Amino acid sequence: MSILQSLVKKEMLHIFRDRRTVTITLVMPLVLLLLFGFAISTEVNDVRVVAVVERHTDGSRAIIERLRANPYITFQGLTAPGDVDYLLRSGQTDAALFLREEGGRQSAQIMVDAANTTVAQASTAYLRSIIAGPGTVSPVLTNTLYNPQLNSAYNFVPGIMGMIFILICAIMTSVSIVSEKETGTMDLLLVSPVRPRAVILGKLIPYFLLSCVILAVMLTIAYTVLGLPVSSSIADVILLSLVYIVLSLSVGLLVSAIASTRLTALIVSAVVFMLPVIMLSGMIFPIDNMPEVLQWLSCVIPARWYTAAMRKLMIQELGLEYVVEELVILLSMTGVILLVALKKFNTRK
Amino acid sequence: MTAAIEISGITKRYGNVTALDGVSFRIEPGELFGLIGPDGAGKSSLYRILATLALPDSGSAKVCGLDVAADYRVLRTRIGYMPEKFSFYQDLTVTENLHFFASLFGVSVRENFPLIAPIFGQLEKFPDRKAGALSGGMKQKLALSCALIHRPEILLLDEPTTGVDAVSRSEFWEMLSQLTRSGITILVSTSYMDEATRCGRIAMINEGHILAVDSPAALAGSLGENLYNAVAPDMFGLLTQLRMMPDVIDCYTFGATLHLVAAPGFSPGETVAALTHSGLRDVRIYPAQGDIEDLFIKQIRDGK
Repeated sequence: MSILQSLVKKEMLHIFRDRRTVTITLVMPLVLLLLFGFAISTEVNDVRVVAVVERHTDGSRAIIERLRANPYITFQGLTAPGDVDYLLRSGQTDAALFLREEGGRQSAQIMVDAANTTVAQASTAYLRSIIAGPGTVSPVLTNTLYNPQLNSAYNFVPGIMGMIFILICAIMTSVSIVSEKETGTMDLLLVSPVRPRAVILGKLIPYFLLSCVILAVMLTIAYTVLGLPVSSSIADVILLSLVYIVLSLSVGLLVSAIASTRLTALIVSAVVFMLPVIMLSGMIFPIDNMPEVLQWLSCVIPARWYTAAMRKLMIQELGLEYVVEELVILLSMTGVILLVALKKFNTRK
Repeated sequence: MTAAIEISGITKRYGNVTALDGVSFRIEPGELFGLIGPDGAGKSSLYRILATLALPDSGSAKVCGLDVAADYRVLRTRIGYMPEKFSFYQDLTVTENLHFFASLFGVSVRENFPLIAPIFGQLEKFPDRKAGALSGGMKQKLALSCALIHRPEILLLDEPTTGVDAVSRSEFWEMLSQLTRSGITILVSTSYMDEATRCGRIAMINEGHILAVDSPAALAGSLGENLYNAVAPDMFGLLTQLRMMPDVIDCYTFGATLHLVAAPGFSPGETVAALTHSGLRDVRIYPAQGDIEDLFIKQIRDGK
């Protein structure tokens, strides 16, 4: 058995003996993916609406009829003008629609609880379109490409994958290397004739394989449960993800070169990486809306490029030729980080 | 004949702390050589340099005739290093650890098993036990087996007996003597002064300086001090009283008694009388045989 083989085998034994960690690393992506895919949706459903009608006319009846029929709206009925304030304050309704007729013209006023701006904006938009009705010709025709239902799972899957890989890969590699430093076994590996790059490969290969399993699990969930469009771009998605996994593992390697205790490694990988990745990768907040300084800063976050490229591949179903820029950036980041990490590893002080 | 280990003028600094300051000594092949000194004396720093894990700031060292800085790659196959902590994989079994370390050096456990058989004997009863679940003495034997499995010419043992019970410690020293008989040179460090006598020769180290190098007996003989034991029911009272006496150079606790370094004009009888007069009961003062620990204390006292 070659030295590399026995290093890999030893690392595999560590992984499989530590059942709890393996379970967490496999279950965490699942939970996050399902959580963001289903529970955290930015679409607004179920807007509760009451209506105040001064005098019923054909026009007002038609509007009420459309309110009742709309699947996004729960129509709670008619109410007196004096009760509206109480209903909104007590949170029993989300919006109130006042219908008046002045001089033969139908006029409407919308009162909405804007404590949650997302809900307020969405309900106002819904109500406007309902009031306008099908009779009036809308001058604007909206056509939502790639994600016709504006399904938020589509938006989150690439971001979640970008976050999970950098977290899990960085934590796993850095903690496993630093714990060898702490117990002193790293010294034994270094005083043996084994070359440092074999030691590093022996660490990276097992965690790369484990990450591939995570990738398989996440893609399966994304394409089945979350219903992302299946297309020929899957091969490109896998290729891009493998590059990103190697990059994340190198980040872990770099962390292990800097940190000297398991706790530092964990804090650096989890806390220091998690916030920038969530905030600046474009996973939740669009990068174009950020102040310019933060936009520049986001360029050094690998997850930004991965997420952007994954959106193109997974949702727009474009080919690899459309993500060349991102791929090149990710590859060069991998190269630089690996080089620095290797240089920092095993310097005799 | 080339020395097994030859250290010349090694200095090593960590920031403002000088861990080793011009350390030089020489170890002949087949010696059981002890490096004796308190915690923080610089023992582990020296080990890290000899094991090719660290580079000295100045000075040089040769192990097996190979320079630790330049020829480290060849040297690594010829030394066995056992760090301060028992370093092996806690979550791997006894057998898995042994086979793993053998494979690092490209040797099989079977070909070198006769060498470690006397040490590994007791461990063979539970080959599938996780190394982390072993007792202190067993861990020590496993660590030694792992360091020996590639049949090194020189064994570097850094405080191998720390945290191990007295019986296992004694057994361990027995094993080391056996290993030197099979031709392996051993450099072993300890902060237990009583273990110094188990070595052929020792180097005493404190605050990065080598104080003396010789056989334990010669060193103890070189003490040249007027040494007495002092005991009384009130040991603390005795210690404070003795330290104030003009013809007492030094007084310190030594096991269950006090050791008293006397000036030339010292008379035990008169001292006991004086102490009894000042209220201490049942004081006994009688001549003592000095050992390495006394020499250590003397060296540190003279150094100040």
